[in-house]
Amino acid sequence: MESRVRGGPQSTRRNAKYKMNLLYIIGLPILTAIAVLASKTRSQIRWISFIGSLAQLTLALVLVIVFRNEREAGNTSQMLFEQTTKLFPSLSISFHFGVDGISVAMILLTAFVVVAGVLVSWNVEKMTKEFYFLLILLGLGAYGFFISLDLFILFFFLEVAVIPKYLLIGIWGSGKKEYSANKLALMLMTGSALVLIAMLGIYFAQGNVRSFDLMHIAQLHIAPELQRILFPLFFVGFGVFTAIFPLHTWVPDGHSSAPTAGSMFLAGISMKLGGYGCLRVATWLLPEAAKEYSNIVIVLASIAILYGAFATMMQKDLKYINAYSSISHCGFVLLGIGMLTTTAMTGAVMQMVSHGLMTALFFAVIGMIYDRTHTRMVADMGGLMKVMPFICTALFIVGLCSLGLPGFSGFIAEMTVFMGSWEKAGLFYRVATIIACMSIVVTAVYILRAVGQTAMGPIKESYNNLSDAKWNEKLAAGILILGIVAIGVYPSWLNDLIRPGAELIFQRIAG
Amino acid sequence: MPNAAVIALIPLLPLAGFLLLGIFKNTFRNSSGIIGTILLLASAFIAIYVAYGYFFDYGKVNGVYQKLIPFQHVWLVFSKGVSIDMGIMLDPISVIMIVVVTFVSLMVHIYSLGYMKGEKRFSTYYAFLGLFTFSMLGLVLSSNIFQIYIFWEGVGVSSFLLIGFHYDRPSAVAACKKAFIVTRFADLGFLIGILILSYSAGTLDFNTLIQRLTTPGSPELQNAVASSFLGISAVAWGVVLVFIGGAGKSAMFPLHIWLPDAMEGPTPVSALIHAATMVVAGVFLVARLFPVFAITVPGGLNIVAWVGVISALLAAVIACTQTDIKRVLAYSTMSQIGFMMFGLGVATYGGEGSLGYTASMFHLFTHAMFKALLFLGAGSVIHYIHSNEMKDMGGLRKHLPITHITFLIACLAIAGIPPFAGFFSKEEILLAAYENNPAVYWIALFTSGLTAFYMFRLYFRIFWNGPSLAASPSPSKGGGAHHGESFIMMLPLIILAIGAAAAGFIPFGKFVSSDGTPLETKFHLQFSILPVALGLAGILLAIWLYKKQSTRAGKIAASLGKLYKTAYHKFYIDEIYLFITKKVLFNLVGRPAAWFDKNVVDGMVNLTGNTTAAISERIKKLQSGKIQQYAIYFLVAVIGLALIFIYVF
Amino acid sequence: MEPGLYHILFVSAALFFIGVYGFFTRRNLITMLMSIELILNSVNLNFVAFNKYLWPNRMDGLFFVIFIIAIAAAEAAVAIAIIINLYRSHQSIDVEKAEEMKY
Repeated sequence: MESRVRGGPQSTRRNAKYKMNLLYIIGLPILTAIAVLASKTRSQIRWISFIGSLAQLTLALVLVIVFRNEREAGNTSQMLFEQTTKLFPSLSISFHFGVDGISVAMILLTAFVVVAGVLVSWNVEKMTKEFYFLLILLGLGAYGFFISLDLFILFFFLEVAVIPKYLLIGIWGSGKKEYSANKLALMLMTGSALVLIAMLGIYFAQGNVRSFDLMHIAQLHIAPELQRILFPLFFVGFGVFTAIFPLHTWVPDGHSSAPTAGSMFLAGISMKLGGYGCLRVATWLLPEAAKEYSNIVIVLASIAILYGAFATMMQKDLKYINAYSSISHCGFVLLGIGMLTTTAMTGAVMQMVSHGLMTALFFAVIGMIYDRTHTRMVADMGGLMKVMPFICTALFIVGLCSLGLPGFSGFIAEMTVFMGSWEKAGLFYRVATIIACMSIVVTAVYILRAVGQTAMGPIKESYNNLSDAKWNEKLAAGILILGIVAIGVYPSWLNDLIRPGAELIFQRIAG
Repeated sequence: MPNAAVIALIPLLPLAGFLLLGIFKNTFRNSSGIIGTILLLASAFIAIYVAYGYFFDYGKVNGVYQKLIPFQHVWLVFSKGVSIDMGIMLDPISVIMIVVVTFVSLMVHIYSLGYMKGEKRFSTYYAFLGLFTFSMLGLVLSSNIFQIYIFWEGVGVSSFLLIGFHYDRPSAVAACKKAFIVTRFADLGFLIGILILSYSAGTLDFNTLIQRLTTPGSPELQNAVASSFLGISAVAWGVVLVFIGGAGKSAMFPLHIWLPDAMEGPTPVSALIHAATMVVAGVFLVARLFPVFAITVPGGLNIVAWVGVISALLAAVIACTQTDIKRVLAYSTMSQIGFMMFGLGVATYGGEGSLGYTASMFHLFTHAMFKALLFLGAGSVIHYIHSNEMKDMGGLRKHLPITHITFLIACLAIAGIPPFAGFFSKEEILLAAYENNPAVYWIALFTSGLTAFYMFRLYFRIFWNGPSLAASPSPSKGGGAHHGESFIMMLPLIILAIGAAAAGFIPFGKFVSSDGTPLETKFHLQFSILPVALGLAGILLAIWLYKKQSTRAGKIAASLGKLYKTAYHKFYIDEIYLFITKKVLFNLVGRPAAWFDKNVVDGMVNLTGNTTAAISERIKKLQSGKIQQYAIYFLVAVIGLALIFIYVF
Repeated sequence: MEPGLYHILFVSAALFFIGVYGFFTRRNLITMLMSIELILNSVNLNFVAFNKYLWPNRMDGLFFVIFIIAIAAAEAAVAIAIIINLYRSHQSIDVEKAEEMKY
């Protein structure tokens, strides 16, 4: 079945002025992965991965520019640069790729995190080749996920992104890594199983002409009764990835056991797959159910936000602190999606981007500190500012970003969610928003405790001759800080990118 | 019209300083102070130039000072009509504020050249000062309520960084965290207030917002008044919540607890941030939204007045008992800001009744002068003695003559003795209170007497009260090097002293009033007698008690007993907060949440896993490895299925 | 008496169950293999009989029989190879001895 369905009725199809082949987006990581497998020495592996990831970042930036140009040239199709290659015509599964602003933003985030992740893993000595291969593979899964417009392919890439995590934690992890790896893989697999069921449900509900094509399904009207069944499956399924309460417990264990780059990818990319899926699949395809269930989503999100924040307050391990704060921060994503206003959904996507960059940086910094002090316990640190000013400055920046300070991306995202949430009149929504607002105070408490104890105060004797960041670490942190500040200081480019996509989802919900 | 690019330079120059010195801190290790100072000097000159232009050239149209917006850039769009704009708004209060901020900041920059000399993180210090100045200027120039929030947080974080500048001191770390978290908590109110106001007014732009919420009959106002929660209208909730934000930053009771601890920062920083500029941001915020307060929510203004006067009194009482000189000054700052707050609280919009507004802004202006002077003077004392405690001081007037004279001027100014600056502004505030709210007036009058007392207690304990220093060579840790009065540190003192002595003669009402029309402020001689007399009485009491070393003060303190002890312990407000945060939040909320997560939520997950494992443990025996056993299962299953297929289907 | 289909089926069923019995009760792998051959041959017998009595003009059953004989031969070769290997490693061809592949 030929399924070249276009966006809304208002969209005009004209000859695209700017072109971009989305296959490059997944082609580059594949090439990089092959090159990594083919390379011999450790330094070859590292440099190939680095150059490959840098090329991906460049490509992502090019994509942003081309996308903007094409939009400015007047192309209002919902998805740009669409292309379809049939895979199983009998099941009507096809490689259908296309991007809107939301996907572009997520691709950019992935590219940033991949570069930084490759850089901080510079000193991995155990099975270097496999390690880098898995990193690149994880990135590939995320890229593919974000550009897919076919549910089946989307699901395929989702799984591609899950498997490497299991190996990364299980092999290169620390602490009770087997337990964490199992827990993570099993919980995420449960999530994807739910997604698979819902996916098949949508597929077989279509009568004679069946399709996995998102654009096609979006044109259909799915019976509300069916939506009511499918939406929770999709939402919980994807929600597990983005740490929906109470299915978030893989987050602390998984993150704390993973190697540095693993945590960065896990929190920076993998958790975003869920948020994107909740928005793109669950909410967009099933608008009526999304409206019906929005209250439940909001309640769960509010719980996650405040409860996550309070639980963070009691953590003693830096990685646990960031992991729990990720639960709290990802609550904002779900809150924004649950509120179902354009601004709130824009804010949710912004929060995904912002949190991805920020938490990747946070884990990178924690990794750098751990490499030197060999402890992650906050109580054992102190005064590190004196010996590692660069790392501690980065820690400060990420802490301030996390607690929503203007000038950094976290502020923009959270405020957009708040403003969007406040657009919904009604005491229930107000209370939820205020609860979310309250978390920024609690966030300040735990961030300042952690950062203050780590970087400030009198320094311990044994730490006196530790060294500051090396070039690769500086570069990794610098790239992520650049992203955070670029959003924080000049947010409208991201806003302009995301908003039209969110607007279309909103229109579909509003009917 | 003013040139937007020139005005934009005022905040941008300090920002440039921050970036330059922050990024290349090692390159400019020694010259960083000079660079920062020069940038700020330029900024201050432009500010004065702009102020001159505004007040005497383009600002006034038909006798009314306009709100000019020479520059506005849409920064982040939320929805139709609601967007964060980065803009510059010139109106009398913002113009006054840019002058005050750049001026005091410049003084502090110059002073720090001497005070912070030899500091290891000298460039970082100047970078932070630049960041603060930038944020503060951005705050006062804001044209959008969200813009003010952004810079509000900006000053908060620069204050945090500067308080914690000596990050290896645990007390400084604790203080900076406390300051940030307490103000952050207040900002929560501010944020929710913004959400309410913006939703009610459908805009974030100050001018539009004020106009919509003060025009009777405008649909937004009707809407905002009609929708209510707990019987209070939305707009009232909005402004009161915004005021909570302001109260937090301005250290008003009961959110004042961070300010005394903030004195852990370097003294010039205290002068700039915690005396002259940032802490008055709350006053500025209320003044900015004054029309909404005065016209739409007069009840909110009443809250402002009472919070202000209670803070003023409370802080003055505490100040009488403190022995750390910077803490005395901190409480006096809080007290004076209380004056500004209730000055606003007792004003009405436009006409004669708006005297309080003018007076409050006037007091803000003069206070910036004399309080900065007091702090810098204290800094010079501390620089000399290496101690903050009064007991280490005494008889310093011979060692630090210039500091002594300028400090005396500042004390006279804050005590409200004519003809110094504080006299004029304080009289106006008291007058406004007298006319509008007598209860507030009497409390304020008592407080102003108290002010004179504790300021002169401080003065005599530092500069008189026995030659404790002349005898003992040096209690300092720095190896006995008494730094005398270097020119670079004395210059700001002298300039500020001139300001503190003369600023009162500015006819402030002509320039600043609530609605832009010049206000004639009259001078009431009879009215002034009582406050001045009280002030003099306070000074005399201080002379009697503290000029010479004596046991009188101790006896009085002992006779006051409990009251003295309570005041000395700052009315135990810190302890209450500590109780709430440590005991309630951590133990009753945080710990259970963490426990619940670990044991219940994660327990469920583990339970699922363990159940699966247990079941598999039970049934794994089926796989015995014996082929013949498998064959039997197989056969039985085939026969069973065969039977089912034959008999069931 | 001409033997009919039922007679042959009876023989074949007897052969089948003898094979099954042998497979379950013998511990010696070679004997078990022989039992399997019995089962297979009973199936062959069935094929031939059905072919002859039900569809005498078609050859499908015979084809299957030849097929099965070929497979049985191949299977015997593989099985004996396995048994020899087992004997080498366990010094025994007792099936009870080879039970490492359990949980």
